[in-house]
Amino acid sequence: MGKTIYLDNAATTKTAPEVVEAMLPYFTQYYGNPSSIYTAGAEAKKAVNHAREKIAQTLSAAPDEIYFTAGGSEADNWAIKATAESYASKGKHIITSTIEHHAVLHTCQYLEKHGFDVTYIEVDENGIVKLDALEAAIRPDTILISVMFANNEIGTIQPIKEIGEIAKKHGVLFHTDAVQAYGQLPIHVDEYHIDMLSASGHKLNGPKGIGFLYIRKGVKSRSFVHGGQQERGRRAGTENVPGIVGMAAAAERAYAQLKEKTKKESELREYLITRIEKEIPYCRLNGDRKRRLPNNVNFSFRFIEGESLLIMLDMKGICASSGSACTSGSLDPSHVLLAIGLPHEIAHGSLRLTVSEENTIEEMDDVVDAVKGIVERLREMSPLYEDFVKAEKKKS
Amino acid sequence: MYSEKVMDHFSNPRNMGEIENASGVGTVGNAKCGDIMRMYLDIDEDHIIRDCKFKTFGCGAAVATSSMATELVKGKTIQEALEVTNKAVMEALDGLPPVKVHCSLLAEEAIHAALWDYAEKNHIKIEGLQKPKSDIHEGEEEDNEY
Repeated sequence: MGKTIYLDNAATTKTAPEVVEAMLPYFTQYYGNPSSIYTAGAEAKKAVNHAREKIAQTLSAAPDEIYFTAGGSEADNWAIKATAESYASKGKHIITSTIEHHAVLHTCQYLEKHGFDVTYIEVDENGIVKLDALEAAIRPDTILISVMFANNEIGTIQPIKEIGEIAKKHGVLFHTDAVQAYGQLPIHVDEYHIDMLSASGHKLNGPKGIGFLYIRKGVKSRSFVHGGQQERGRRAGTENVPGIVGMAAAAERAYAQLKEKTKKESELREYLITRIEKEIPYCRLNGDRKRRLPNNVNFSFRFIEGESLLIMLDMKGICASSGSACTSGSLDPSHVLLAIGLPHEIAHGSLRLTVSEENTIEEMDDVVDAVKGIVERLREMSPLYEDFVKAEKKKS
Repeated sequence: MYSEKVMDHFSNPRNMGEIENASGVGTVGNAKCGDIMRMYLDIDEDHIIRDCKFKTFGCGAAVATSSMATELVKGKTIQEALEVTNKAVMEALDGLPPVKVHCSLLAEEAIHAALWDYAEKNHIKIEGLQKPKSDIHEGEEEDNEY
């Protein structure tokens, strides 16, 4: 086995060494419970408070608007379920989009089974939520709009500010799942009129098992986990102190390096996109060209299936992901790729490459060369390609 | 996830390709679900399968089951080939993950479809062979997508 080229940073990232370094004392030295009165506990509490302040700064929010969770999915569940319950007397209608992460979609579907009404707004061919449809969907009983900041599969960045303005205009709460965007894009909760925001540590070189939910002051939200008084009584359970410290260290690091990181990643992204489009026939870039996360590349290659492509890439030490059904354990390919209008068989042949600032142009060259060869080989094996070639010959 | 045999047949598929003027060709599966298998059979006058080739659009298991199926029917009589079930293909591959069992069914169906084509072309009836389900219709005509 040669070296590994890791291009799946939307799935998870390497924990940065300085983040690990920051966390370590809170395992063996300051292991006290932040709720305890003695010094070891006080040290832990101080660290948690400090972390909360640091994270609040990255969003231009107040520290007591940050609630730590076990990750992005929990934050999404909390934002949607607790809001639904707290505002049920006002109305039972929620608006979201068709391309949300399952943590949002499945939570909405759960609420539908419990008497709530959910409208799923469609997206255009680049994955951008249709704003006119969104505004038109608002009813007197609408209590929440939940639209992701940026999509995890195709990298499309939503017009968050415009959505926030629409929500504000109609007096509806606005939640955004920013799991992919936090640490990659500048976020200002007041400017964008965001009432709730979910984020996760391990997507920005922080540890796994930690995330947070931003809840604007004044937004009603019942306790998500009942028990002790942690997180101002809204989420009980002894704090994951090393995780919280790591999350804050990662957030601080990401936003301090944002400019250079974005520059480096978008260069790698553009290099990949340009070479693939130029050198591999019958491919399609999925997602918006401009409004796109700096680290995201997503292509569909016609006549081939994604899992085969991933296994062959893995054999060459390249880690990537696909929206093919076979990688999801169901018969349907990615709901995001179907939502942007791809036919099933083209959605099956998708490849997502998400870079980090640690990748190099040489690695991108290796990856494009590998993808090129594998796509060629899989097409040779594909009856769909055979039919296509024969049909083309007949035409000419 | 996959056994060594599956990985071997996926990375080095046996009998991949096309037979010109094949005695029988069968295509099964559905692009919508992400699996299409095509089997080509070359059958001599003694009803023995002299050659068998495949083309497959699908996952690792789909490629491996197609490859294994061609190996299992090559050199067999038509009647013997009919006995190559999905179970036999799976066993020969040292098993498949539960979500991939349908791939082995597809391999069995592809052989049956190719045999059916052969029987129709030659106006013969093959004992015990059912008309294959033609499942491939959607998504073939989208050539102008790009």
